Amino acid sequence: MTDREPHWATLMRAGMRGDARSYHRLLQELAPVLRGLASRGFAQHRLGPEDVEDVVQETLLAVHLKRHTWDERQPLFPWVYAIARNKLIDNLRRRGRQAHLPIDDIGESLAVSELPAEMNGVDAERVIARLKGRQREIVVAISIEGASARQVAQRLGMTEGAVRVALHRALKSLARAFRADPP
Amino acid sequence: MKTDDLIKAIAEDGAASARPLSLRVLVALGIGGLLAAALFAQALGVRPDIGSAMQTWRFVGKVVITLTCFAAALWATAQLSRPDAEPRTALAAFSLPMLLLGLAIGVELASSSAGTWSARAMGSNSRLCLASITLLSVAPLVALLVALRAGAPRSPAMAGAAAGLLAGGLGAVLYAIHCPDDSPLFVALWYVPAVALVVLAGAAAGSRVLRW
Repeated sequence: MTDREPHWATLMRAGMRGDARSYHRLLQELAPVLRGLASRGFAQHRLGPEDVEDVVQETLLAVHLKRHTWDERQPLFPWVYAIARNKLIDNLRRRGRQAHLPIDDIGESLAVSELPAEMNGVDAERVIARLKGRQREIVVAISIEGASARQVAQRLGMTEGAVRVALHRALKSLARAFRADPP
Repeated sequence: MKTDDLIKAIAEDGAASARPLSLRVLVALGIGGLLAAALFAQALGVRPDIGSAMQTWRFVGKVVITLTCFAAALWATAQLSRPDAEPRTALAAFSLPMLLLGLAIGVELASSSAGTWSARAMGSNSRLCLASITLLSVAPLVALLVALRAGAPRSPAMAGAAAGLLAGGLGAVLYAIHCPDDSPLFVALWYVPAVALVVLAGAAAGSRVLRW
């Protein structure tokens, strides 16, 4: 499994150089691993899987918004794992749980089984509902309807640059909404 | 929102154009440092006998110790602002300048008579020292905390403390070239608490504003 490591770091570096397809693929490959990690973390605290997808999404958002804290010379997964662990602890604390998470060695975490997204989208609208006006329209169009920034720009009569700025702000707002959201 | 949908939105935002955190820290340090230097030039200034002072081991030692504190804290701040930070990093950054200071104190105690120790430790202007180092640190600390909001520290309080050590170290370097009291005993008794105060302020602020 560890042979995914140079592969992931390569995808991230390509993404940071503007290769959107590599970046998309990286996030898609990380999601099931993060889901496995979060499920195991909740199980260790005798909690059900209701919030697993929240932790996965929060982690993906943080990986994206904090990508400049990754040192390109280092392997990628220990850094992703540290973010996931942090987000899991935050979630447990918001539920009023004492969080005791052993710091696993990374090898063991990588060996966590991947989980497909069964309960993907249980709270489909809860977090996105916190976005307002334009930001919400843009996120819905790009994520749920699968439009590109350019198509959204034409539809809304905005420049593509303005759509991209709004999208970036919306992702930041989403990250904030997760933090403010009592499960 | 489904996770796959969120991934589409994130991928459309793209991963390019990420300014590295170390660059943001350096820019903040530049801005905060300029403000501190302006305040220093306005209110304190370089001591007039700087030329002859540079010939003495005590003055050189004082500057080296404060510069070490600054450099170690710069490294620790960058490290501790990452999610996969190694907390022992902080310990190393705090202990290196303390080790040098301990060494200098040893030399001072060995090379001067016991009767002069208390005068050397009290110096001539201890209150100015406390006030100057903390005040010179304010602008750098604020600038650093703003920049570090882009970080993802494993421990926000520890990242804030490192930023405090960095800002306090900068204030100490500046004050060191003004202050006529060069004894390591004076540095231990007055510089250290002043910087510690900035570290505490950084930790308290960090635990509030550096959460992510």
